[in-house]
Amino acid sequence: MDRNISNLRQRKIKSAIFKSLVWLCGMLTVGILVYILLFILLRGIPKINMEFLFGQYNTTTLSAFSSIVATVQMIVLSLLVSVPIGVFCAIYLAEYATRGNKVVKIIRLAVDTLAGIPSIVYGLFGLIFFVKILGFRASILSGICTISIMILPVIISSSEEAIKSVPDMYREGSLGLGATRLRTVFRIVLPTAMPGILSGVILAIGRIVGETAALIFTSGTNVLKNPTLDLHASQRTLAIHMYMLASEGLPHSKDMAFATGAILILVVFLVNYATTKAAGRLGRLNNE
Amino acid sequence: MNDKIKIQNIDLFYGEFQALKNVNMDIKENEITAFIGPSGCGKSTLLKSLNRMNDLIEGVKIKGKILLDKVDIYKDMDPTVLRRRVGMVFQKPNPFPMSIYENVAYGPKTHGIKQKSKLDEIVEKSLRSAAMWDEVKDRLKKSALGLSGGQQQRLCIARAFSVNPEVILLDEPTSALDPISTMKIEDLLIEIKKNYTIVIVTHNMQQATRISDKTAFFLHGEIIEFDETEKLFSIPKNKKTEDYITGRFG
Ligand SMILES: Nc1ncnc2c1ncn2[C@@H]1O[C@H](COP(=O)(O)OP(=O)(O)O)[C@@H](O)[C@H]1O
Ligand SMILES: [Mg+2]
Repeated sequence: MDRNISNLRQRKIKSAIFKSLVWLCGMLTVGILVYILLFILLRGIPKINMEFLFGQYNTTTLSAFSSIVATVQMIVLSLLVSVPIGVFCAIYLAEYATRGNKVVKIIRLAVDTLAGIPSIVYGLFGLIFFVKILGFRASILSGICTISIMILPVIISSSEEAIKSVPDMYREGSLGLGATRLRTVFRIVLPTAMPGILSGVILAIGRIVGETAALIFTSGTNVLKNPTLDLHASQRTLAIHMYMLASEGLPHSKDMAFATGAILILVVFLVNYATTKAAGRLGRLNNE
Repeated sequence: MNDKIKIQNIDLFYGEFQALKNVNMDIKENEITAFIGPSGCGKSTLLKSLNRMNDLIEGVKIKGKILLDKVDIYKDMDPTVLRRRVGMVFQKPNPFPMSIYENVAYGPKTHGIKQKSKLDEIVEKSLRSAAMWDEVKDRLKKSALGLSGGQQQRLCIARAFSVNPEVILLDEPTSALDPISTMKIEDLLIEIKKNYTIVIVTHNMQQATRISDKTAFFLHGEIIEFDETEKLFSIPKNKKTEDYITGRFG
């Protein structure tokens, strides 16, 4: 009897210690995140002004305008390339390929390998293949091509996971009504998998926005006075702008690097929000 | 009455394992035919081979013939056409993660109906046939996943009606439901059998006696006895059937 009670008390204490440990870890994570965000935003936001946001670039404004535009171009266009390819590839892997298929093994190997390669290697590949061999020069186009390949594995593996996690009973329901495989995939499976596919897209956006190594050699570190939509132009993205400013010797360039960081964070929030909205409409998941 | 479906010498293999052994059976139009037997004896397997849902499983081999209105469904019929004519309701309610309306409209849209007024009409008719129009008519745009289990299953029955099938297969449709929902579905099946041919797998012998005209007793992939429900349960011809229905099975 006595032992039972002391045992119980011991267990209660253990569980309390464990709970506070978990809580502590959670708070630590949130705390670090908040600290980083505040650190950058508090130092960066006061330095942001209209000149910096929308003005011409020169050594006094250090304007980020052309870099902002290039970043958005980079996100939108490389997603336009990789998302369809990645999702179709995932559909093939998850829905059509039979088990033990050789092609599947090769694709999986390629995806896993691509996912593990450091981005500087993509940069070198882009430099040799797109910039030199295909003659795209250092340009936004070369950057987009390189980035598209880099994010493909993320899109494929998250889409494949999402498609696989759609319960078979939905497929059976659709096929049982006389729908074809194709219709079942596009009308039932993909809409249901949309949130998972989306989380892959958001991850990919994070990689594009934060990428420097793969872009320095391909889209370059050049900064234009005014933004351009010309894909053949060489123009740095926000992350590279920040990197360059941080290592530049001008008296106010450190401050402007923080301002760029703040804008980067805001761009990420905005794009994620827009993606979620768009896919909500695509997925027409009315689970309310 | 007509033989709607004729099952002739069916052997079915999952890889090496033989799940059905020389099954023969005629299923009559406008009747309810029940499959009973211990689990793992092949009831679902036979049911699924009636609308070729087995095709979806890798490594399935079928020998023998199944005729729907005298046409060989494995040789001379496209599976999508077959599945429109032979609808299916599954053990676990599986409404799509969409609105109630979209769930029922999905089938007719699949078969090319686009006109909104026509779709509205089909949705209402199907939901009425499943005796749930009044329950849901004010929330057709709401997600089907918000319905109770019993309502979800009746929605799946309505969804099966929506493509105007001739045969409806049900695989233990009430096993996950409460007694009141079960009763509603049983009443519904008796009500609709005048227009359809119904085949139901049930784990529940009382259910078979309550609703079915014919009953087949399965054991280890074979049909041990197939007869009018009343006869099979009152004067079974086979000792194994008797043991099973009296609960002495072991
Ligand atoms: N996809 C499958 N692969 C291999 N064996 C299966 C498969 N489905 C069912 N079986 C086997 O076939 C037999 C009959 O299964 P089933 O028709 O589901 O039985 P019941 O519906 O009567 O419980 C069982 O022994 C089961 O293990
Ligand atoms: Mg079964």
